[in-house]
Parts: sequence; structure tokens; C-alpha cells
Amino acid sequence: MSVRDSVTRSRQRPPSGDGAQVMTAREYLGLTWRSIKGGETGVLPVIGGLLLVSVIFESLDQHFLTTGNLVNLLIQAAVYALLAMAEVFVLLLGEIDLSVGFVAGIGAVVLAWLAQPQVGWPWWAAIAAALVATAAIGLLQGSLITRIGLPSFVVTLGGLLFWNGVMLFVLGNGGSILIQDDVLNAIASGTLSRLAGWAVMLVAVGVFGVLVWRRDARRRTSGLPAPPAVLTAAKIGAALLGGALLILLANADRGVLAPVYGLPYVVLVVLGVLVVWSYLLGRRRFGLYVYAVGGNAEAARRAGINLARIRTLGFVLCSFTAGIAGIVYASRLRSISTSLDGGTLVLYAVAGAVIGGTSLFGGRGKVIHGVLGGLVIAAIDNGMGLLGFSAAAKYVVTAVVLIVAVTIDAVARRNRPA
Amino acid sequence: MTTTTEEPLLRLSGITKSFGPVLALSDVDLDVPGGAVTALAGDNGAGKSTLIKCIAGIYAPDSGDIVWQGERVDLDGPAAAAALGIQTVYQDLALCDNLDIVQNMFLGRERLRRGQLDDLSMEHAAADTLSELAVTTVRSVRQQVASLSGGQRQSVAIAKAVLWESQLVIMDEPTAALGVAQTRMVLDLVRTLAGRGHAVLLISHNMTDVFQVADRIAVMRQGRMVDVRPIDEIDQRIVVDLMTTGESDREVGSSNWRAR
Repeated sequence: MSVRDSVTRSRQRPPSGDGAQVMTAREYLGLTWRSIKGGETGVLPVIGGLLLVSVIFESLDQHFLTTGNLVNLLIQAAVYALLAMAEVFVLLLGEIDLSVGFVAGIGAVVLAWLAQPQVGWPWWAAIAAALVATAAIGLLQGSLITRIGLPSFVVTLGGLLFWNGVMLFVLGNGGSILIQDDVLNAIASGTLSRLAGWAVMLVAVGVFGVLVWRRDARRRTSGLPAPPAVLTAAKIGAALLGGALLILLANADRGVLAPVYGLPYVVLVVLGVLVVWSYLLGRRRFGLYVYAVGGNAEAARRAGINLARIRTLGFVLCSFTAGIAGIVYASRLRSISTSLDGGTLVLYAVAGAVIGGTSLFGGRGKVIHGVLGGLVIAAIDNGMGLLGFSAAAKYVVTAVVLIVAVTIDAVARRNRPA
Repeated sequence: MTTTTEEPLLRLSGITKSFGPVLALSDVDLDVPGGAVTALAGDNGAGKSTLIKCIAGIYAPDSGDIVWQGERVDLDGPAAAAALGIQTVYQDLALCDNLDIVQNMFLGRERLRRGQLDDLSMEHAAADTLSELAVTTVRSVRQQVASLSGGQRQSVAIAKAVLWESQLVIMDEPTAALGVAQTRMVLDLVRTLAGRGHAVLLISHNMTDVFQVADRIAVMRQGRMVDVRPIDEIDQRIVVDLMTTGESDREVGSSNWRAR
């Protein structure tokens, strides 16, 4: 008559239990393909977009895919990518930070001010001070948002105006501070030697390979669904191939008058930030809590997660990363001036994160999205610049790409089962 | 059928709780034994939710004793209740859609290995718990909760309570908003819990569900505990009488309402 009598039903096969679960490459790829069709498109749309943009610009102007321009593109993309990575932290929490552009500006001002010969701080101390200053701004804004419960939109809009004002105040109307320190200027314009480029790449891929191999091997021996060894090897091989292509590209002579070659330091800065923040969000408890708070704050609270702490830290990390972007920005211009357009920078930062695949509604996104989205924006900027278009046309095209990216995401998500 | 031990897992005696002038609970006594499903019935406003919130540590009763495994306890917060082994599965589930099943089941109690999330061990434990509970419909424990059906989500929420070794699982309307097959799945799971020795305290408006899974039915009315009876000494008409008037002189089986 009732369920009470039918408790001892036969146990079916567990969803993922004992015994060998190592799948064939075909099975594993099939599983991945199903989740892509289910709306978990990951980075595929933005990579497709990047390829599309490249093909279009290359067909219009054969200068786009030259080694010189591609390396130049990587340098141009660095600031956008760093700012977009900063924005990913707060977007994941379901918040927004409109102040990142001018917070980056404050970082640049602190750096340039302290590194002036008449102040005379060493380059590393100036960098540290700039990062501490921007992290403190994040702490201030984050505390206002989480402790008092003000909307992040309003607090950071205030931040946008306030830090712009502070910059103008320090620099004076139309003023600027030059950077004369060689190390600081080398961040954006210096390059590794050809040999050092190879060495750095091989060490990085080697470490990546060992970590990935050990992790997948542990899964294979643990009896959980795991990718086959062939796929793990293919993953490492692909990383090696990508690294080799990057170094070949960077090591080719791209100079016009004098020879210029080597991997720019700034590429390493961006990759370093990407790796550290991806590790933080993907493998540490803090990162998991960021996703949990962004996905369902009430569930996170009931699970005992300290919401205020996670949110505040998110804003601190956002501003801190913006500080890194500010340092790169100042290094590239070898100065900081009032011409810094923090308003456009923040719009590009949000657009970059969203084009990369991060949701504006919290809980969905990755740090890599910021880098890829930043690359797309820089590619449009760069390619249209080559074609001689005005800033107005660049804005229009960037806007269209942004809308297309959000549309792809929305349509893909509609395929998810309810 | 009812497991009556000398000392119930949880004993409430004389629980009184008022909100300003409103007396929500008045001198409520209730025993919740292990290995059995106790259903809490009552009309809206009878005090069911207030009572489970007192047990879950969300409200502190004004007076009365909560005795857990023979010892009087003070539950000053949900964490204290959870530490004793009291877990509540809420109506709105409290799962994060964007996290996968494993992450949801361990949320707030992640296992770490050298400072990193120990995904392997957590995935094993989550998969084992689900298979012990005979929850076999999920494709992979690494799929996002957003992709699960309502019944599967409810199963994950219940499995979370089991994983955390809760001795008492409180469920607030676990089958509301579920289809027939899914309701069946969740009710199976409730029985499995009791079969494993957990105590289950269940609130449901659905009398058919209650009579399918409960071992004992406790009826509340206007903040008072009217009666607690084993399932074979009560039927749906008696429950309705007790809920509405507070008394019933019917005999079991005197009507054809008996659940089939």
C-alpha cells in the first residue's frame, strides 16, 4: 500500500561508484560535447569571435596578421585584459565596479609620483605602494557596500567621480608625471631575450604538464570518471604547441628601422595574473564561496559562509587587479596624465568580461574570460585603427560585438534543461 | 511499525514561544524517535513552522525544554543545531544553481588537502552517499544543480543532510511543486532515511503523502499539540477533525477515506 514497505528496493548502478571509470577519448569528448550543447559553451564563442575578427581584418588589410602587429596587439590588450579580469571578481558576486578605470589611474599616479627622482622610491617600493593604495580603495568601497549595504553601482559610481577628482587634483589641470625609472618603463616595452623566452615557456609548460598529468592520473586511479591518458597528453601537447607558437611569434624580428624581437614582459604579467586568479577561484575555498555567493547568497549564508567577508574581499581583489592594470598603463605611456579616460576603460572592462563569457547576474564566469574579451576589444581597436577608422566607428563596432556576445550567451543558455 | 524506544532522539516538553502579543506555541510536547518518520500536520498558522524553527535553532523558545539524546540543550543558532546533527531541508532548497552536486553537498564544510579543495575525496563521498540512498537518476555528480529536475534537487538537499551525518532531518513541504513520479522518488528517499536510522520530522499539507511515509502523525492546532498517534491508529478524517476542532471521536476505518 505504501512506500514504507518498499524500502529494500534493489540498488541500481551508482551514478559514479567503484570500478574502473576511465573513459575512452570518444566517450569523454562525447560527454564534453553534450555539456556544450546543453549551454555550457565556455570559451568557445569568444574564441570563435576572435578568429572571426582576425579573418575579417586580415582580409581587409594584410597588415593585421603580421608578427609585429600581433605582438603589438598583445601589448595593447594587456590593460583591457587586466581590467576585465578585475571586473570578473565583482561580476561573479553579482555586483559591479564602475570605478576600476580611475582606480587604475590612482595606482598609476601613486607609482609615478613615488618613482620621481625628487621622491626617489625604488621601483619595487613604488609598485608595492601603488598596489597597497588600490587594494585599500577596494577595501573602502567594499566595506561601504557590504557593511552599510549600499548598492555597488552607486558606491563605485561615486568612486569613478571621486578618484577622477583626486587624479586631477594631484596632477593639476592638464598635468602629468613622467616615469624615468628604466625598470618601470620596461614592464610594457621591455622584452625577454630569445633564449630566455624559450626557457620561460618550457618551464611554464613543464610545470603545467606535471600538474595536469598528476591530477588526471589521480582521478584515473581513484575510480572516478576521468579523461584517458591520451587526452591528458593531448592537452599538454596543445599547451606546448601554443607556447611554441607564441615564442616563435615574439622572437621574429618585428623592427622597422632597428631589429626588435622577444616576448614582452607585459605578456608574462597578464599570464601570471591569469594563472594566480584562476587558481584562487578554481581550486581554493575562497573561490568556491565567490561562486556560491553569486549563485545564491541565501544558500551561501545558510551554509555558514560569511557573505560580508567574501564580498569585501572580492572588491579588494578587483581594485588590486585594477592597480596592476594602472601600472602597466603608466609603463606603456612612460607617464601618467589627466588624459587617462577612466570612463571608457571601465566600459571596456565590463564589456571585455561579458564578451569573454562572464554573466552580469553573478555566479557564472572565469578569469580567462577577461583575457579573451580584452583581446577581442583590443583586436577591434587595433584592426580598425589600421584601416583608418575613427574612434566613433570603433565604439559602434565594439558595441555590436558586445551585444552579439550577450546574445550568443543567452541563446546557448536557453538550451539548458530547466 | 512504530519504533518506540525508552529515550527518543529528541524530546520537546512545554515549548512556548510568543511574538509580541501573539502566542505562536503554547506548552508543546513532542517526541521524535530515531528510525521513524514523524509527520507534523496542522492548518496554516497552527505553529508547525515556528516549532521546526525552534528545533533548527532559528528561534529560541520562551520556555520549555529541548532534550537531545537525553540531555537538555540550548540551541542558540542554526550552527548549534547542525553541530548536534539536526539538519533542515528547506522548502526553497537552499542550493546554488551554478555549483555542481558535489560542491552543493559540501558547501560550508569543504574537505581540504594541502589548502586546496580536495575534489576527489568530496566527489567520492558525494557519489557514495547518493548511491547509498539509491538516488540513481543523476547522470554525473559533476553536473550543475541548475540542470536537475525538482525531485533530483530535493534528493541532493536530502543527501546533503545524510552526508553531514545528521541524525534528525527536518523537511518542510518536501513534495510541494513536484510531479507524481518525482514525489514518489522523494517519498522513497524519506523512507530510506528512516530505514537507515535517521529521525525524520516532516511538514506536509499533502495528506496522501503523509499517510504514505509517516510512522507517526502529530497534529497541531492554534499553537498547541492536539494529539500524536501512530499511523495505524489514525486516518485522514481523524486528522482533519483534529486540525479543525482539536478532537475526534471517530474510529479508525469508520470511513472510506483511508489511504490506499
